[in-house]
Amino acid sequence: MAKKENLTKAFLSGNEALARGAWESGLKVAAAYPGTPSTEILESLALYPELDVQWSVNEKVAFEVTYGAAVGGVRSLFACKHVGLNVAMDPLMTASYAGVSAGFVVVVCDDPGMHSSQNEQDTRWVGPYAKVPILEPSSPSEAKEFVGQAFEISEKFDTPVIIRMTTRISHTKEDVDLGTRTDIAAKPLVKDWEKYVMVPRNARMRHEVVEKRQEKLVKLSEKSRLNKVELKNPSLGFITSGISYMYLKEQFPDASYLKLGMLYPFCDEKIKNFSKKVKKLCVVEELDLFIEEHVKALGIRKAKFKHPSFQLGELGPATIGDLVAGRPKNEKKLPARPPRLCPGCPHWSVFSVLKKLDLFVAGDIGCYTLGSLPPTSALHTCICMGAGVTFNEGVRRAHPEGKIVGVVGDSTFVHSGITGLINAVYNKAKGIVFILDNSTTAMTGGQNHPATGKTIRNEATKALDLPALCKACGVDNVDVIDPAGALKEFEELVKKRLDENTLSVIIAKHPCKLIK
Amino acid sequence: MKKQTIINITFGGIGGQGIIKASELLGWAALYDGYHVKKSEVHGMAQRGGSVESHVRFGGKIYSPLVGPEQADYLLCFHAEEHPRLKTFLKKDGVDLAGFLEKAQAIIENPRHLNTVLVGVLAAYLPIRNESWQKAMEVVFSPKIIEENRTVFEKGKALVRQ
Repeated sequence: MAKKENLTKAFLSGNEALARGAWESGLKVAAAYPGTPSTEILESLALYPELDVQWSVNEKVAFEVTYGAAVGGVRSLFACKHVGLNVAMDPLMTASYAGVSAGFVVVVCDDPGMHSSQNEQDTRWVGPYAKVPILEPSSPSEAKEFVGQAFEISEKFDTPVIIRMTTRISHTKEDVDLGTRTDIAAKPLVKDWEKYVMVPRNARMRHEVVEKRQEKLVKLSEKSRLNKVELKNPSLGFITSGISYMYLKEQFPDASYLKLGMLYPFCDEKIKNFSKKVKKLCVVEELDLFIEEHVKALGIRKAKFKHPSFQLGELGPATIGDLVAGRPKNEKKLPARPPRLCPGCPHWSVFSVLKKLDLFVAGDIGCYTLGSLPPTSALHTCICMGAGVTFNEGVRRAHPEGKIVGVVGDSTFVHSGITGLINAVYNKAKGIVFILDNSTTAMTGGQNHPATGKTIRNEATKALDLPALCKACGVDNVDVIDPAGALKEFEELVKKRLDENTLSVIIAKHPCKLIK
Repeated sequence: MKKQTIINITFGGIGGQGIIKASELLGWAALYDGYHVKKSEVHGMAQRGGSVESHVRFGGKIYSPLVGPEQADYLLCFHAEEHPRLKTFLKKDGVDLAGFLEKAQAIIENPRHLNTVLVGVLAAYLPIRNESWQKAMEVVFSPKIIEENRTVFEKGKALVRQ
C-alpha cells in the first residue's frame, strides 16, 4: 500500500474509497466484525497507522466501542453488513437519542441478490425506525465524498449517520481522487448526564430533541446537494438512488433525474417540484418499496413504479429496461457453478461422520454452511450467528430423544455462541456442540478473532482459550480432536458422546487450507 | 478523442483461478493510461470452485460497473465449462479470446500464472501503453512474484502475434 501513497488517484473499491474518505476526514477509531460485503472497510483502515482499529467480538461490541469513542470526542466509524446491524440495533436505537460529541458514522452494507447472506433485508427502513439520517452513494468516488459529509452532519445535528452501501457499490472499483488527511484533536471529555444517561427522565427530554432534529434534517435534505436534480429532457424523469442511478444513466442518458443521496429524511418539496417538471415520472430502486411508498404518500399520481417481481434480487443492466417499462423481471441466466467447500477443507471430515451417523445438525453462519449442499447434505438449519448452539437446544426441546447436534465455527462461537452455551448448561440441555475450529474467520477471507491470538494488524495479543472457556461455562465434556488426522477416533468419540446423557463440546481443530 | 470510446471486457471462470486479480491488473493499467475505469465482479460465497465473473469498463464517462448482455467487446474465459454462460455477454461482433485458453495453459508451468498470461493476450488487443501495464504490475504483484509475472505477461502477448 505504501507505494500508492504518492498517487493522486487510485483504483479503489467502494469499501476502500470509503475508508480513505474516513481517514482523510480525521477519523480516529473504527471497529467491525467481518461480514461480506463490508469486510474490506476495516481491512483498509487498518493500513493507516495513525488509526485505532479493531476486529471486535461482534457487531454490538464494535458499535459500542466506536460510539463510546465518538461520545468521548473523536470521529469514529462502525461498519457492518446488513444482518450485522441487527446485532447492533440495541445501542443504535438509543444512540439516536443521546447523540454524539464528535462525528459517528455507521456504515451498513446491504446485499441485494444475497451473494453471501442469509436474507435480503433493506437497511433504508432503519432511517425512520431509528430516526437517523441515511446517505447512499452511487459509486466508490461518492462513498469517499459522502463519508466526509456524514461526519459533518453527525456533528452539526448531534446524531449518528448511516451510510448505506450495497454489494455492488462496496465491491465495484474505480479510479478515485485522493486527498490528504485533516487531523482533528479530541474534544474534552464532558460529564453530561442529561445527554448520555438514558434513564426515563432524560430519555423523555432527548426524544423531544430527536423530533426537533428530524425537522432540521428535513430542511437539510431539501437544500443539500446530496439530493441532486438533473433536468434534461422533461418527457421522462427518474427518482432514484444508489447503483440504480448508474444503470439508468447508462440506458437513459438524456432523461431527467432526481438522484437521492440522502435517503432519509426525504426532501418532499424537491420530490414534488421535480415531479411537476417531468411528463412521465418513474421511481427506480433496488429491493423494498422505500422511495415508492413515500412518493405514494405524497400523493404524486403520475408516478410509475416497478413490478413486484423487482423486489427480489439485484437490479442490473440486463433487467433495468423491463423495470422502467413496467414489465415483470425476466432474467435469462444460464446456471452458474454453485459454491462448495474447498478441496482439502477440514470441514469435509466432520460432515462425513455427521452424515454417516444420520444426525440432525443445527448449523450456523460460516463456510461450514456449505455442508448443507448435496451431496453432503449434513447440515439442516442456518438462521443467524450463534444459532448452531441454541438450535441444538431448541430442536431437542421439541424432540428430547432425537439424534440432534449443533455445529458452530470458532469465530462464530466467539461472536455469539458463548451465551447460548451458558444457557444450555444453565437450563440442563444435552447433546453435542461441535466447534469447527479452523483458526480463522474463513468465509470472509481469513480474519483474526480472539481465539487466534492476533489482532486486525496481525500483532500478538492474548489468545482466548476455547477449551478452558467451555469448561468454565460448565459443559460436562470438552474434547479437542483433529478429525482430518484421526477420522476413526473422531467417529468413535462422537458415538460415545451421543450415548451419554450429557452436554458435550467437541472442538474439531484443523486450520483452514487458505490461511498461511 | 480515442479516450472517450468505452471498451467493455468480461472475465470469467471459477473461484481460485485469479480472475479478480486479472481484472484488477487491467483496472490499474487503464487508470495509469488516463482512462475512467470501473470494475465489478459477481461470485458466490465460496473462496474456491464457484463461478466467478468480473467486468471491466474503461474509456470516457462510465456509469454502470457491470457489462450487460451482448455488451462485451472482449471475453476472456478461464474455464472451458463456463464459456457457454459467459458468451451471453459478448457483443455480436465482439472478440472471443476463449481460443487462447488452451494455448495459454500449454505454455505455463505454474497454473497460478494462467491469469497473467491471459491478461497478456488481452493486452495485445487493448489501447493501453506498455508502461501503464508495467506500472499496474508493480501495484498488483508483490516484489517476490513480479518478475515471473512480467515474463508470462510477455508470453501471453506473444501468443497473439503468432
